[in-house]
Amino acid sequence: MSATPAPTTAKVSVRGLTMTYGTQVVMHDLDFEIFDKDIFVIMGGSGCGKSTLLRHLIGLLEPAKGSISYDGKDFTATDPAERTDIVRRFGVMYQSGALWSSLTLAENISLPMEESGKIQPKTLRDLVAYKLALVGLAGYENYYPSQISGGMKKRAGIARAMARDPDLLFLDEPGAGLDPLSSRRLDDLILRLRDSQGSTIVIVTHELASIFNISNRAIFLDSAIHTQGALGNPCDLRDHSDNPAVRLFLNRGTQPTSPR
Amino acid sequence: MTAAVDSSPPRAIWHQQGDSCTLELTGNWHREGPALEVTGATPNQCPDHYQIDAHVCYDSTLPAFLFAHVRAVTDAATDKTPSPAFDGLPVNLRALLELALAVPEESETRTPPDSSSEIRKLGDLALVVWTNGRDLVEFTGEAMLSLGRFVTGRAIFRAEDFWLTLQECGVQALPIVSLISFLIGVILAFVGNVQLANFGANLFVADLVGIAMVREMGVMMTAIIMSGRTGAAFAAHLGSMKANEEIDALRTFGFNPFDFLVLPRLLSLLVMMPLLTIYANITGILGGMLVGYFVGIPPVLYWTETLAAVTLTASSLGVIKSVFFGATIAIGSCRQGMQAGNSTAAVGQATTRAVVTAITCVIVLDSAFAAIFTLLHI
Repeated sequence: MSATPAPTTAKVSVRGLTMTYGTQVVMHDLDFEIFDKDIFVIMGGSGCGKSTLLRHLIGLLEPAKGSISYDGKDFTATDPAERTDIVRRFGVMYQSGALWSSLTLAENISLPMEESGKIQPKTLRDLVAYKLALVGLAGYENYYPSQISGGMKKRAGIARAMARDPDLLFLDEPGAGLDPLSSRRLDDLILRLRDSQGSTIVIVTHELASIFNISNRAIFLDSAIHTQGALGNPCDLRDHSDNPAVRLFLNRGTQPTSPR
Repeated sequence: MTAAVDSSPPRAIWHQQGDSCTLELTGNWHREGPALEVTGATPNQCPDHYQIDAHVCYDSTLPAFLFAHVRAVTDAATDKTPSPAFDGLPVNLRALLELALAVPEESETRTPPDSSSEIRKLGDLALVVWTNGRDLVEFTGEAMLSLGRFVTGRAIFRAEDFWLTLQECGVQALPIVSLISFLIGVILAFVGNVQLANFGANLFVADLVGIAMVREMGVMMTAIIMSGRTGAAFAAHLGSMKANEEIDALRTFGFNPFDFLVLPRLLSLLVMMPLLTIYANITGILGGMLVGYFVGIPPVLYWTETLAAVTLTASSLGVIKSVFFGATIAIGSCRQGMQAGNSTAAVGQATTRAVVTAITCVIVLDSAFAAIFTLLHI
């Protein structure tokens, strides 16, 4: 299910990234690449800096050291205008959905698309209905975020992240708080988005079922050593990683700690 | 999916042959591209077959168009229609459409148009006013009970919260209270001097400023400042606690949210409003004295005249009123915060309502006091 074309071009490459929180080093010397059409998972224990890494990748935080490049262009060294152009190609779903509370779901999704002002009203309506239907929220156009449940907010957040058909989609804990069926549906959606639209998807999660189902590459952030513990295919890491912490994590802490 | 470059506008061409219907799709389907051109009558059925041009390129606009048509047809159909076929569509498009159609539209989510009559709206409004009034009385009653529990030593709240609130609505409000009341004193003195100088009675500026400040202006300006500054802060803080379910968390741990949150705020304003009022009165009189000095009234004379004009009764009136104003601001703004909705937008609405209610209540209450004092010949 997680088979993908052989990696060709590096969509994102991170070199020697060090992230700090004040004077405290969260993670240092992260080195990895995200290839075109990857479903790349950032995993690790709670509070290890997964969301911080995501915020660095989308340019909300400045790295203390190192660089992040998109399609070979150093994102950290570009001027603000160019950086805005790069960020426009991203779709981001934040942990809590981060929907704009004073707008309806339809307005939340249409606002990013309306920015250019060139879109036809009928096309916009169809697009909003379609995006909401994709995440299983058909008919909820006129609801405000405060009127729907936490799981629905999350799904609406994904619909908004997909609004502009981004070529890079970042999802922060998309499956957390969803029932098993919705979670499975979400995995399905992510796979179909990658396959049909050619999106590259970066997911922060620790839902093991999702990781093994959909991801073809993953990075494990090890909070004990404050750097990456492993990088590669999650199934391979589970069975053959040299790092016991990674095997323990991917086997829900129940497996023997020596490689099989 | 954008490999083939086709700059022609998106086209949907319907071919009807007997009962069978084919949809041909060509052009560049991009959301910011030219408008869609539809050829042939749009049938009231899903296409039996799709014919996609090899050079067609598309973003979500194409599946959105197909989805809208399928949804419209299935919604219009009264009988149970079989699931639509996507014969001829590329696998990825078919997969996306199947996913979008997998969950049926919530029929209950479509809100019916508002058909209520004017009389019904008036009735609804009356009910809202009645409910609000009852809530306010209930909340005030709760506040009094909470004060009772405090006096008898049964109320539980963190002392740190009380001291912190006391500092926020007391010492930290001093700069703004000083500025406003000083300027009010200056304005009153200027206006009074212009009129009184006509009669050669500029010395009475001291009486005017003194009496106006201690009876009305000092307490009124302090109350308005505290409504805007502290009332808004109370409502926003409690409102965001409500939105974060922090108030529910207190309740489940057995704390009375009223004692824990409203009581320290109420007590702080009850203590601080009279002190700030006295301070504002003195600052206002000093403002008047400064103007007096510039128009030729020596400060000592001004001070003596003020002491003669401002009696203890007059100066206690403002302080007495300030206690009631403090209670009104605290209760009004805490109520708005505690009863805010569960969203961030609701916090903003609660804050606005808190400030408007507090200022309105303070002025209404002041009018009532004016009437009472007149009747009592004070």
